[in-house]
Amino acid sequence: MTAQVLVLGCLVLPLLASALIVLARKSPNLREAVTLVTAVLVLACVLGIYSEVAQGGRPGVVLSPLVPGIALKLVVEPLGMLFAMVAGFLWLVTSIYAIGYMRAHHEENQTRFYACFAIAIGSTMGVAFADNLVTLFVFYEALTLSTYPLVTHAGTAEARRAGRVYLGTLLGTSIGFQLLAIVWTWTYAGTVDFRAGGILSGMPEGVAAVVFCLFAFGIGKAALMPFHRWLPAAMVAPTPVSALLHAVAVVKAGVFTILKVAVYVFGPDLLAASGGGTVIAWVAGATILIGSLVAMNKDNLKARLAYSTISQLSYVVLGAVLASAWGTVGAALHIVMHAFGKITLFFCAGAVLVAAHKTEVSELRGLGRRMPVTMGAFTVASLCIIGLPPLGGMWSKWYLATAAVDAGQWALLGVLLVSSLLSIAYLLVVPLRAFSSGAGEGSAGEASGIREAPAPCLVAIVITAAGCLALFAYPDPFFDLVTQVAGVR
Amino acid sequence: MEALVFGQGRMDSRLRGNDGRRRRRPPFEGPGFVSTLQAQLPALQVVVPLLAAPVCALVRSPAFAWGFATAVSAVCFAVSVALAVAVSGGAEIAYLLGGWAAPWGIEYRIDALNALVIVIVSGASTVTLVHARLGVAREVRRERIGLFYTAWLLCLTGMLGIAITGDVFNVFVFLEIASLSTYVLVALGPGPAALLAAFRYLVLGSIGATFFLVGVGLLYMMTGTLNMADLSVRLDDVSDTRTVAAGVVFVVLGIGLKAAVFPLHAWLPAAYAHAPSSAAAFLAGTSTKVSVYVLVRFLLDVAGVDLAFERLGLGVFLIPLAIAGVLAGSAVAVFQDSVKRLLAWSSIAQLGYMVLGLGLGTAGGVAASAVHLFNHAVMKVALFLAIANLVYRVGSDALANVAGLGRRMPWTMGAFLVAAMSLVGVPLTAGFVSKWYLLRAALADGMWPIAVVILASSLLAAVYMWRVLSAAFFTEARPDSVQAHARETHWTMVVPVVALAAANVWFGVDTSFSVGFAEMAGAALFAESP
Repeated sequence: MTAQVLVLGCLVLPLLASALIVLARKSPNLREAVTLVTAVLVLACVLGIYSEVAQGGRPGVVLSPLVPGIALKLVVEPLGMLFAMVAGFLWLVTSIYAIGYMRAHHEENQTRFYACFAIAIGSTMGVAFADNLVTLFVFYEALTLSTYPLVTHAGTAEARRAGRVYLGTLLGTSIGFQLLAIVWTWTYAGTVDFRAGGILSGMPEGVAAVVFCLFAFGIGKAALMPFHRWLPAAMVAPTPVSALLHAVAVVKAGVFTILKVAVYVFGPDLLAASGGGTVIAWVAGATILIGSLVAMNKDNLKARLAYSTISQLSYVVLGAVLASAWGTVGAALHIVMHAFGKITLFFCAGAVLVAAHKTEVSELRGLGRRMPVTMGAFTVASLCIIGLPPLGGMWSKWYLATAAVDAGQWALLGVLLVSSLLSIAYLLVVPLRAFSSGAGEGSAGEASGIREAPAPCLVAIVITAAGCLALFAYPDPFFDLVTQVAGVR
Repeated sequence: MEALVFGQGRMDSRLRGNDGRRRRRPPFEGPGFVSTLQAQLPALQVVVPLLAAPVCALVRSPAFAWGFATAVSAVCFAVSVALAVAVSGGAEIAYLLGGWAAPWGIEYRIDALNALVIVIVSGASTVTLVHARLGVAREVRRERIGLFYTAWLLCLTGMLGIAITGDVFNVFVFLEIASLSTYVLVALGPGPAALLAAFRYLVLGSIGATFFLVGVGLLYMMTGTLNMADLSVRLDDVSDTRTVAAGVVFVVLGIGLKAAVFPLHAWLPAAYAHAPSSAAAFLAGTSTKVSVYVLVRFLLDVAGVDLAFERLGLGVFLIPLAIAGVLAGSAVAVFQDSVKRLLAWSSIAQLGYMVLGLGLGTAGGVAASAVHLFNHAVMKVALFLAIANLVYRVGSDALANVAGLGRRMPWTMGAFLVAAMSLVGVPLTAGFVSKWYLLRAALADGMWPIAVVILASSLLAAVYMWRVLSAAFFTEARPDSVQAHARETHWTMVVPVVALAAANVWFGVDTSFSVGFAEMAGAALFAESP
């Protein structure tokens, strides 16, 4: 009973907060207090549910019956728990960061920003806890729509153009492909519930392959190529949005959905037999490599991080479609590890923008001396993304590689390794340049008046960077959850 | 014979099994029904607005005419709801006008399908009338306002009559009542273009009615009966004659024109764009829906699946037309610069969905059509009323005049946003439910290209709605423009719009009414054909 209240709380509290934020628009301090308090409460709710889920419980709540046979229903299962923990924790950290960033950057329309942000988090929780494809679709679309005002926050022509790409791609793929796949699933299976082992067993293999491809491309938030353009476009948003939504909540909602579909709708057997998994595995492999290569050529720091995200998201997709226990473990852990690493990188990019007004990688020479904490954290997070010990990113890469070996997919193993090398090239070059002492003409290190970012930003950066380290030593809470799912089979 | 005979009716209410073929009606039962008011509800549904209409014409005071028409419409709505409740358990009401036994007398029949339709018609009329007072006072000349509401009530009478009657000639009578009053409603719109639009509608509508009448005549010639239930039984014997085939095709073409089935839609955009805003909202929500209902009733109940789909192959004929309508309507809507025209073209596309469901010729398809019939009324009336508010404040429905109104008319445009999301089919809105059932019906039939068309048209809907929404919410009005000084309209115009927007969400979450009735109707229509 209490767990049910907590599940509901995760969804309702952010929506409530959004209303309160609008009411408190006259007093920025009160408004931000609402955000912070809600973030703490939501995190408390998530952690409260954790103990029950870790013991094998599946607390759930029916929000409303929709049509006969389909209800708007939330049930917390281990993968959703893991996603909710990441999103809940990082929302709190991002809220701290956003307060420092938005004020230092003198952004306008901050009330709309915080209100939409809260709705987006509520939708993310809905995605995480959804018990069937329709519920998931509802919150998936809510997430798209609620983040649109955040992407176009600046209100410039460029932001509006980016917003059109964002909305067009995400709505287009979800309505055009994903909805079709969902209805197809329903027509075939008679249910849209997530069940261990899948619900589509017995579907003809050719059809299953088509439906799985419709799902994989229809979940545009996973940014599989060629439907990845919205993510770099979304980088016009304020940095906290890029950090939490376009490195964690939105994109992870995408790969999380693919993971859920692979594990609970298709099930490993059908996925392996149909060949749909193999097709998507190669698409994901191509996305990994091309994303990395493009990232190397982007001078704009946020664009580079965006392409890095595109590349890294496909790791999760790859793990999901390998259809093995290790693949699932690797995919789920990569959701966590990449979240901590990438959000730190975005925090740092935002801090550089706020403190030094630099956006291009080539402008960063010598900045490390002026902003040692920021650039130090950037180094740590880069290593986490690359997957080196002693950082959390190592674990997910490890399990993904194991899964590839297990499946005998040597080429995909090669993709993983090459991509790790590429990520060294596009990520580590940033701190290397920042810390290099050869201060050339007009370098950032020489410019006067550049100091570290505002204190709230630094606090957030330090917390997430420390998280990258802690996850190496203590990934157990997440690991335990994932083994529950992988152990089911 | 076919004059409207009103008098002492009697109702026999009984359960008709969903399993067997249509049975000859047993003698009525339950004397307790006879004297109660409830027993006369089917007649009251039509008589009340018919008798009320002249009152509006005689008492010329605009305020009185409005109040009276609204009250009458509300009574009709209450009657519709009472009838819907009566048939909600699967019962079917048969009412003999004047006590003349069918098939000689006129029979009214209410089952799940037309209960849904009368609720839509009287509900849409009531909501739009509540909204209409200020808008009509501005758009219609004062001395004609009484006539406007007279025509409105006659139109309501006609549409309710079409839906409720179980007699094909009676359908024609009511069709003419509804059509003639609709021409008047359109013609009363501001500007000379309204007259032209009404005339165009008049010419095409009359052709449609003539076709319908010719078709009915041919069927009468072959069967000697006009009662729908009787007709459906007797048609079985003569269904392989060419005369019957011609009759069915005449009826389908005639009603198809009234329902604006592509490519017979030419009258619709101008009529909706130039009619007074309130009347446009009322007509958009109801008139084509009623015609679609007649099409469903005629093809599946009177002609029957065997004749209409197996022998004549109307599915092969209707589905391509519906698809063309869906795609063409949506595509043309994208390029409209008047919001009313945009919505009108969107209606043509949405009607394509309903015909598509019908054309599938399955219980699921018809249920999807019926669900969309209801949901589309809820969203289109909301959209047209929101635009009526806009016209009231800004004076024009040009897309250029929408800029910046999201901030200045937050309730109106907020409601428009919700209804637009419903039209696109965003989850948790009524439109999603329609789309869901339509997709399911198409896929269950193995028609996945149709599913693709439906989704493509949703995306087009997103594009054309986006044009309005982005203008309203993400562009600023030029300081010298009319809308720069616009503010929210009078609350009597805001409340109905917001209520309808809320209804869009309500029927997107609680589908027990819409889907419940639609599935019951689909099951009943198909249980009858072996």
